Amino acid sequence: MGAQLRVYKRRIRSVTATKKITKAMEMIAASRVVKAQRKVAASTPYAQELTRAVTAVGTGSNTKHPLTTEAENPTRAAVLLLTSDRGLAGAFNSNAIKAAEQLTERLEREGRQVDTYIVGRRGLAHYNFRERKVAESFTGFTDEPSYADAKQVAAPLIEAIEKDTADGGVDELHIVYTEFVSMMTQTAVDSRLLPLSLDEVAEESGTKDEILPLYDFEPSAEDVLDALLPRYVESRIYNALLQSAASKHAATRRAMKSATDNAGELINTLSRLANAARQAEITQEISEIVGGASALADATAGSDN
Amino acid sequence: MAAELHVALVAADREVWSGEATLVVARTTSGDIGVMPGHQPLLGVLESGPVTIRTSDGGTVVAAVHGGFISFADNKLSLLAETAELADEIDVHHVERELERAKAEGDAHAERRADVRLRAAAGR
Repeated sequence: MGAQLRVYKRRIRSVTATKKITKAMEMIAASRVVKAQRKVAASTPYAQELTRAVTAVGTGSNTKHPLTTEAENPTRAAVLLLTSDRGLAGAFNSNAIKAAEQLTERLEREGRQVDTYIVGRRGLAHYNFRERKVAESFTGFTDEPSYADAKQVAAPLIEAIEKDTADGGVDELHIVYTEFVSMMTQTAVDSRLLPLSLDEVAEESGTKDEILPLYDFEPSAEDVLDALLPRYVESRIYNALLQSAASKHAATRRAMKSATDNAGELINTLSRLANAARQAEITQEISEIVGGASALADATAGSDN
Repeated sequence: MAAELHVALVAADREVWSGEATLVVARTTSGDIGVMPGHQPLLGVLESGPVTIRTSDGGTVVAAVHGGFISFADNKLSLLAETAELADEIDVHHVERELERAKAEGDAHAERRADVRLRAAAGR
């Protein structure tokens, strides 16, 4: 076998191996998307009921709570950025990071100091590499977040928002995550979690035009709101974590699918090149034999003379 | 047919139980509360403790809930809990071991959780 042909054969073998791996990763990601979507669906009843309850207390009482009142002069904001621990997901992480950077820029233009909280190794690595300050980071659960993880993420944020701004607390809480629209579409979105705007919450739960009953609060409206709002934040963060996980798996699936397709294409091209090389080798051999034979014939013819 | 109310017991990551009931007893921060059909709209904070649901077919469902809310309106009752388990799902031996471990480690929170689960399991 000629050297050229051997090189092609070797490359085909290596690309075939890569293709097998990406194909497997694609299928794993596809099954994980379904699982993640199911988790999003399973967490919906809780989120819905909680949202309803928040709307009910918010509209049914005149209670003022630090988590629902807007600061007159917001000076500090917290941004929670959700990324994934692992890459190989196309532009998934860079889109989320870009969205967070745009939001940060906007908030800073409006005169707010921004504290960044990060979930996922990818986002953390991005910020660390640029030596930007990260208030707190959480890693290790982005593929399959549990409610306990959401609580863990929410705890320092709630603490920060309850503290006075002068003591290092924040006035606002924003979250940047990747919304799972469909298998093909995932968009990085930012939304303000706190202070809570009740109109938005009502719109979300579909209770905008519904007249809510006059609730009897046990033990009191303040206490209920006190207990309710942290749970609401946790549930929203949990939902965002789940959506982000589903989006990540969908993005991985897509990235791996195009990698598999590319590998297939490359194998085709290389096979054609290898065939051409083989053919060239044969042609060369034939022409060498023919050349040799005619040289021999010429030589014999010469000796006869 | 006796009046009934629709109960949904939901935990953060799943719906634990839902169905029709005639009476629901839960523990709020200000004491035990029983809700029957036609109760006044109510929104309360739950203590961790067992919740007893008397279903309309005469059965009883007991669940252990840890932190959460009870809300009732339009004959629909929602029990929201961060974690909730039906008594049937609780493995008594496992929880007893957990309780002992919590006691040994002096983890009051874990001890309380284990205690609530045991009481719920005993009430089934």
